[in-house]
Amino acid sequence: MIFGFDALTLARMQFAFTVSFHFVFPSISIGLASYLAVLEGLWLKTGKELYLDLFRYWLKIFLVTFAMGVVSGLVMSYQFGTNWSVFSDKVGGVIGPLMAYEVLTAFFLEAGFLGVMLFGMGKVGRGPHYAATLMVALGTFVSAFWIISVNSWMQTPTGYEIAPNGQFVPGPSWPAIIFNPSLPYRLVHTVIAAYLTTAFVVGAVGAWHLLKDSTKPHARKMFSMAMWMAAIIAPIQIIAGDEHGLNTLRYQPAKVMAMEGHFQSHPEGAPLYLFGIPNDTTQHLDYAIGIPKASSLILKHDMNAPLKGLDTIAPDKRPPVAIVFWSFRIMVGIGMAMLGLGIWSLIARANRSLYKWRWLHRAALVMGPSGIIAVIAGWCTTEVGRQPYTVYGLLTTAQSASPIAAPAVAASLVAFVLVYCAVFGVGIWYLLKLMASAPHPHEGGLEELGEAPVRAAGITPGPAQGNAEIGTLPQGSPA
Amino acid sequence: MIMGADLTTIWALIIAFAVLMYVVMDGFDLGIGILFPFYRPGEERDQAMNSIAPVWDGNETLLVLGGGGLFAAFPLAYAIILPATYPLIIAMMLGLVFRGVAFEFRWRDPGHRAFWDMAFFGGSLVAALCQGIILGALLQGIHVVGRAYDGDWLTWLSPYSLLTGVGVVCGYALLGACYLALKVEGTAETRAFGHARLAALATLALMVAVSLATPFLAAQYFQRWFAVPLLWYLVPVPAVTGLVAVLLLKGLADRRAARAFLLSLALFVLGAIGLGVSMWPYVVPQSVTIWQAAAPERSQVFMLIGVALVMPLILAYTGWAYWVFRGKVGTHGYH
Repeated sequence: MIFGFDALTLARMQFAFTVSFHFVFPSISIGLASYLAVLEGLWLKTGKELYLDLFRYWLKIFLVTFAMGVVSGLVMSYQFGTNWSVFSDKVGGVIGPLMAYEVLTAFFLEAGFLGVMLFGMGKVGRGPHYAATLMVALGTFVSAFWIISVNSWMQTPTGYEIAPNGQFVPGPSWPAIIFNPSLPYRLVHTVIAAYLTTAFVVGAVGAWHLLKDSTKPHARKMFSMAMWMAAIIAPIQIIAGDEHGLNTLRYQPAKVMAMEGHFQSHPEGAPLYLFGIPNDTTQHLDYAIGIPKASSLILKHDMNAPLKGLDTIAPDKRPPVAIVFWSFRIMVGIGMAMLGLGIWSLIARANRSLYKWRWLHRAALVMGPSGIIAVIAGWCTTEVGRQPYTVYGLLTTAQSASPIAAPAVAASLVAFVLVYCAVFGVGIWYLLKLMASAPHPHEGGLEELGEAPVRAAGITPGPAQGNAEIGTLPQGSPA
Repeated sequence: MIMGADLTTIWALIIAFAVLMYVVMDGFDLGIGILFPFYRPGEERDQAMNSIAPVWDGNETLLVLGGGGLFAAFPLAYAIILPATYPLIIAMMLGLVFRGVAFEFRWRDPGHRAFWDMAFFGGSLVAALCQGIILGALLQGIHVVGRAYDGDWLTWLSPYSLLTGVGVVCGYALLGACYLALKVEGTAETRAFGHARLAALATLALMVAVSLATPFLAAQYFQRWFAVPLLWYLVPVPAVTGLVAVLLLKGLADRRAARAFLLSLALFVLGAIGLGVSMWPYVVPQSVTIWQAAAPERSQVFMLIGVALVMPLILAYTGWAYWVFRGKVGTHGYH
C-alpha cells in the first residue's frame, strides 16, 4: 500500500493514464490521414491551389500528432509485460499474434509510406505520392482494426481453448478470434469517433480563423468541410453507438446496467435515467430523474419489457457504477451536441450564412476538443464497465497483474504523469500554435517553421533539389 | 513435437534477428544522441540531426516489433523479463519519449532548442544505459518461481549489469560516431572520427571485460565456452572479433568512415553471436528455455505467415530508404 492505494489500483491508474493520453493522438491521426488523402485527391482532381495549401497546413499538424502517437504507443506495447505479466502469460498465445500483425502491417505501412509522403516528394512524382498518402491513411485504419480486435476479444472472447495449465490458447480458427462478436460494432463506433474528433478539431480551427476574418477562403473551405462531416457523420455515429449498446446488452449486460444506473431490476419496463448520483455503497441511484419505461423501449424496443438490474449480479462481479454512469452520459451528451451543431450548420448553409453566423463559429470553436473528450469518456465507459475482468467472465483484473510492489508502481506512475504532462503538454501547445497561424495561399512546407529538418531533401545533389522541399509537392512534375 | 521444436527455433531466430536489427539501427541513432552535446550548436548539430531524421521512427518501430514479437512468440519470457527489469523498462520508455519528441520539437521552437537538445541527449543516454543493464540483468539470471519472476524491484542491479550498461552506451556511441563520420562534413566530420576512436577503444575494452566476466557468472556459461569439443568451434568467435577490432582501429586512423561503420556493425553481430552461444537454448538464462516459453503452435504458424509476407517488404523498404538518403547530408540541403 502506498498513498492508500494497493499495487493493483496503482497499476490500473497507470494503464488508464497512459492509454488515455495515447488514445487522443491516434484518434486525430486516423482522421487527419484520411482528411489529407481527401485534400490531396481534390487538389489532383481540380487543380485548385487552395486544396494544396490546406494539405500542407494540416500535414504539419499531422506530423506532430503522429510523432506523439508513436512514442506514447511504444509505451503501451511494453506495459502489458511490465504491469500485467500474468495476463500476458495467460493470453499471449491468443492476442499476441494479433498485436504482432498490427506492428507488421500497420506500423510499417505508416512509418514506411510516411517517409515517402513527407520526404521523398521531389523524387516520386504526383501519382506515387498520392498512393503513399492513401497507404498512410490505410495504415492508420489497419492499425485501428488489429488493436480493436484485441480489445474486442478481451470484451467478448471467442475462438479460444483453455490449456491444462490455465493458459488461453487459440482454437482451430483464427477468424473466430479476430472477428469476435463485438468487433464490428466497436470498430465502426471507434473509427467514426476518430473522424468526428478530427472534424471538430478542423472545424474549430476554421471557426477561429473565420472569427478573425470571415472572408478568408482557406478558413471557409475547412470550416465548410468540417461542418458537412458533423452534419452527416454525427447522426450515423449515434445510430452506430446505439447498435454497439445493443451488442453490449447481449454480451455484457452488467456494463449496460452500470451505464443506465439500473441497480434494481425492473420487471415491468425500466426507466431511462437522465440524471442521478450513483451510490456504489448503498447500490442505489440517488436523486434519480428519469423517463419511465424509456430504457426498455430503447434497449428492447418494447416499453414494458423487463430489464434486469445489478441486483441480479453477484456483488464481487459488479462494475463500479459511478464512473461508467457519468462517462457514458458525457459521451452521449457530447454526441447530441455534435448533432446539434451539425443541424445548426445546415440551417446556416440553407440561409447562405455559414460564414456569417458568428455564434455558430463561436460554438464550433468551443466544441473543438469535444471529440477528444467524448473518445476518452467512451473509452472509460467500455473499459471500466467490463470490470472486474480483463478477459470478460474468464480472467479477473486482480488475477492479471504483475508481482510488482506498490512503491515501484507508484514511482513509475509519478514519473509517467510528470513526463507526459511536460512532454505532451508542450507538444499540444505547439499544435495549438500551428493551428493559431492562419493557412494562406502558397502555404509552405515544414521549412517555413524555421530550420526544419532536412529529412530527405537535399541529400541527392542535382537540379531536382529545388523540388525536394519538405512537405512540398513537386509542382511541375508529370502527374 | 519435432515440428513444434522447429517452429520455436525459427521464432527464436526471428526474435533474435529483430532485436539485433533494432540494436544496430536504433543503436546508431541513440549513439548520435549520446554524442550530441559534443557537437557545436548550429550547423554541426543540425547536420547530426538531419542524418537520422528520415529513419529514426522506422528504427524505433523495430523496438515495438521486438517487444511485440517476444510477447506473441514467447509470452512466458515476456511475462518474466519485463517485471524483473521493471524500473529499467520504464526509464527506457521515458527516455525514448523524450528523445522521440525532441526530434520534432527542436525545430518547432528555436527559443528552447538548447533544452530539447539536452532532452535528446539525456533521453538517448538513459535509453541506451537501460538497454545495456537489461542485457546484463538477463545474463546474470532471473529468479523464477512457477511462471513468474520472484524477486525485488532492484534485484537487477549489480556490478556486472552496470558493466554491460556502460558497454552498450559506448558501443552505441561508436556506431553513432561512425555513422556521423559517414554523413556529415566539415568540423563535425573531424569531430566524429575523434569520437569514434575513443568510443572504439572503450567499447573493445568493455567487450573484453564482459566476455571475461560472463563465463564466471554461471557454470552453464563456463561449460558452454570451455568444454573441449565445442571449444574448437567457438575459438573463431573471439579470433574474428580481434581481427575486426584491429581493422576497425586502422579504418578509423585512415578516416575510412564506411569501412569503420561496417566493421562496428560486425562487432555488434559478433557480440550477438557470443551472446547466442552463451544463452542457447534459454530465453531467460538458467530458468526458462525457448520451448518452455513458446506460444502454442497455432500462434506460431499464424504469425509466421505474416512475418514471411511482410518481413521481406520491410527489409526491402528499409534498404531502399537508406539508399535514397545515402551520401552526405549537407548543411543547407533544404533550399
